[in-house]
Amino acid sequence: MTPSIAHPDRVEGWNRPPIIEPDGEGELLEVAMGPHHPSTHGVFRMDVALDGERVIRLKPVFGYLHRNHEKIAEGASYLASMPYTDRLDYFCSLTNNWAYALAVETLVGQQVPERAEYLRVILAELTRIQNHASTIGFLTQEMGASGTPLMYAFREREKILDLFEQLTGSRMMCNYMRFGGCRVDISAALLDEARKIVAGLPGFIDEFEALLSTNEILMARCQGIGKLKPELAINAGISGPMLRASGVDYDIRKVDHYGIYDRFKFRVPLGDHGDVYDRYMVRVLEMRESVTILEQALKDIPAGPIMDPKSKIRGFRPKPGEAYGRIEAPKGELGFYLISDGTPNPYRYRVRPPSLINLTVLEDMCLGESVADVVVIFGSVDIVLGEVDR
Amino acid sequence: MAVDQQLKIELGKQGVFVTTIEELYNWGRKNSVWPMQFGLACCAIEMIATTMARYDLARFGAEVFRPSPRQADLMIISGTVTKKMAPQVVRLYNQMAEPRYVIAMGACAISGGPFKQGYNVLKGIDRYIPVDVHIPGCPPRPEALIQAFMTLQKKIDGQPLTGEERPRHLNPEAQGEFPVPEQGAHDLEPTSNPGVWPIPVVIR
Repeated sequence: MTPSIAHPDRVEGWNRPPIIEPDGEGELLEVAMGPHHPSTHGVFRMDVALDGERVIRLKPVFGYLHRNHEKIAEGASYLASMPYTDRLDYFCSLTNNWAYALAVETLVGQQVPERAEYLRVILAELTRIQNHASTIGFLTQEMGASGTPLMYAFREREKILDLFEQLTGSRMMCNYMRFGGCRVDISAALLDEARKIVAGLPGFIDEFEALLSTNEILMARCQGIGKLKPELAINAGISGPMLRASGVDYDIRKVDHYGIYDRFKFRVPLGDHGDVYDRYMVRVLEMRESVTILEQALKDIPAGPIMDPKSKIRGFRPKPGEAYGRIEAPKGELGFYLISDGTPNPYRYRVRPPSLINLTVLEDMCLGESVADVVVIFGSVDIVLGEVDR
Repeated sequence: MAVDQQLKIELGKQGVFVTTIEELYNWGRKNSVWPMQFGLACCAIEMIATTMARYDLARFGAEVFRPSPRQADLMIISGTVTKKMAPQVVRLYNQMAEPRYVIAMGACAISGGPFKQGYNVLKGIDRYIPVDVHIPGCPPRPEALIQAFMTLQKKIDGQPLTGEERPRHLNPEAQGEFPVPEQGAHDLEPTSNPGVWPIPVVIR
């Protein structure tokens, strides 16, 4: 049986005939957007072929931030790769830590104490809220709302980062989780501060929604733009809010039952149309669900150790074998695949980045849209170049 | 020529403002440094945080981030410069109009940082373009970026308009165009710009 290819026309590459026939008689205009372009979220290039304003072809060019993460990790011990995972998706260092810790815990077979599991959930959900808020801020900035929603988002993000800094010692690069637990315990005062931040979050989301959700410009720029069909989303391996905006009910927190997510009551928001507005709305609703998870977790967090006393964090040699640990990161399914050959270093270390795989359908979403919408569609994918290129 | 400070204060009390062209010119320059909107990696997020309400870079007259290098005075190299990106960075620097300044933000921009051992990472952007202020940190805090701004403002304020130390835009013999490296067989060609970054001599 021949394996089915999701995108038969993409295999032929850049020189294939255009999917959409140009209608005019004029020449195609080829525009290179990036690598230095205000809307590309970093260093990323899109080679766009335009017929007037319509996009006929779009070719993403990656690799401007290829930092050899996987190669460096193969030469380093398991623990030494933990700080590098912070720098993959630099908005959400704590969820990256968790995914990597989960992969090593699966490889070695370690247990995580209950308090550490609660701490992980609390920090991951706070990370999700600040990531989604910033993403929406950047998306609106690309539509021309220069700064205002982003300032609202960053105001809230700074509060969350202050908590991260007090707990882990760093604003962005937290390097907090360890194999079999967490690095330092949270104090009662800090937990109270977390409760205070969480109590203020629904008000922030209400304010954010009042500012944006029914905004005429945002609706005109987002609704019906960049539609992604659920079949294509599944075939292309899309995950995270992008997949759920297309109406596919797939959340790894519900599917995999990793950590202690079974204990919390939360819903998975889904979109109907799969357009940019649905992606925006799914993110807002996910923030609300994260707040409910946080409220439950902060109420129930038990006392106890935060590290498994039997676990070793350095100097261990896992038995030869392989392991895959995946979590629902704010951007989608983040997975780490490790192969051990019995030495202190992984033999193969592979990251399954949600940003890169979500970006593969960019062309399908942009075809036939106008060039001004490319920027908006690109912003709605929510990528971080550190994770795309690694 | 400097004005006697005591006399200046005395005249100020009488409502007479005395200054030199140099002071006035540099005062204007240092308070309207427009950075280029140019983010490379993780440090760019801290750069954005610096411009937001809490740290408020607008207090230093530098909130106007320009998307075009033609309108910018300052390039903040915020993040890892890879060998694929280095030619574009130098090209963007060449497109900026004088007077232009560079802040290398973060460990990666200074030296390659944690990714120094990577085969694709440039070991410091100062190999190709002159850097005015280096900020260490991974990533540097927004306060550190503000400190770098103040250091740069002090530097601009102290630049005499004549003589050897004058800024490059007043010096017709100063180098304007910096050679853009190209991808060679194994590395960037040339591997550094000796005029900017003399290859260190190792004495064993």
